[in-house]
Amino acid sequence: MSRRVRLMLFAVAAAGLAATLGVGLAGLPSFGAQITDYARMLNEMAPRQRHVTDVVSAITFDYRGIDTLFEEFILLAAVAGISVLLRPLSDEIRQLPRDKAPERSIPPPSPAVWLLAAFLSSLLVLTGLETVTHGTLTPGGGFQGGVILASALYVVYLGTNYVTVERFQPDALLEASDGVGASGYILIGLLGLLAGAHFLSNVVGLGATGSPISGGTIPLLNLVVGAEVAGGFAILASEFLDQTAVIRTRRR
Amino acid sequence: MSEALITVALVWVAVSGTAVVLTRDPLRQAFTAGFFGLALAFLYLSLQAGDVALSQIVVGAIALPLIALLSLAKVRKDQE
Repeated sequence: MSRRVRLMLFAVAAAGLAATLGVGLAGLPSFGAQITDYARMLNEMAPRQRHVTDVVSAITFDYRGIDTLFEEFILLAAVAGISVLLRPLSDEIRQLPRDKAPERSIPPPSPAVWLLAAFLSSLLVLTGLETVTHGTLTPGGGFQGGVILASALYVVYLGTNYVTVERFQPDALLEASDGVGASGYILIGLLGLLAGAHFLSNVVGLGATGSPISGGTIPLLNLVVGAEVAGGFAILASEFLDQTAVIRTRRR
Repeated sequence: MSEALITVALVWVAVSGTAVVLTRDPLRQAFTAGFFGLALAFLYLSLQAGDVALSQIVVGAIALPLIALLSLAKVRKDQE
């Protein structure tokens, strides 16, 4: 294809995109416009119906709970795909790098860095648990808290080394956390069926608005999502780390 | 007050987004992309979307740069 034809093709495509995008953007509510009727309705109904103070988590885990279910399984499938893709291939081996000049080895990180890592990672675990468990009350929830929990392990690696961080993240535990979290979502959904209502109905006692245990199934779903996301992101990081640190091409 | 805050956030997003595109070295791009993620989180927060802001922070400032950096380290090791 000559340069001329390509440019013409681009011009046609760009004009089409500009036209459709222009029509779409013109139909948007203006910046700072009043919130929609649906949003106003949810803001009024959710605290009364579901006893939550964070309406967003009532939407993601209750009114639109089935969407979140599919998102959880997208994440599970993505993590499984990464694990398969990044496994050691037939011409690769797992081997810790051997120091070629033992007398000139890199000095280990100073104790101050260890201390900082220990302090920061414990703080991250606390923040992660807080974010997971307070999803119904304040912004945050299982997904955000799960990533924060997994990031505690990244900090351990930054402050120490590969061998230490492997002790903190046994593969079996991470995989179990990922799988149990994902299936837990289904099981909590089945509670609705057992109670004679629809799948994912909020059938657990709602509790008092504003208390940590309120919102029925919403905090339970936050917990299982937190376990799944924490396990998933930790697996993700450890697979990439293995590729960098220990997986190398077999020498012939 | 909140309009000033939103203006600052929008300008920050525009500047850091342009910076990501103009950075050619992938290693530096991982860092500018992290700052771009932080700018987006600040924009969401200034628009009072706390949940989205938190998700943006954990994905844009933790997960994405981490995976980009580890992938770059792997590619660089294979080239040696």
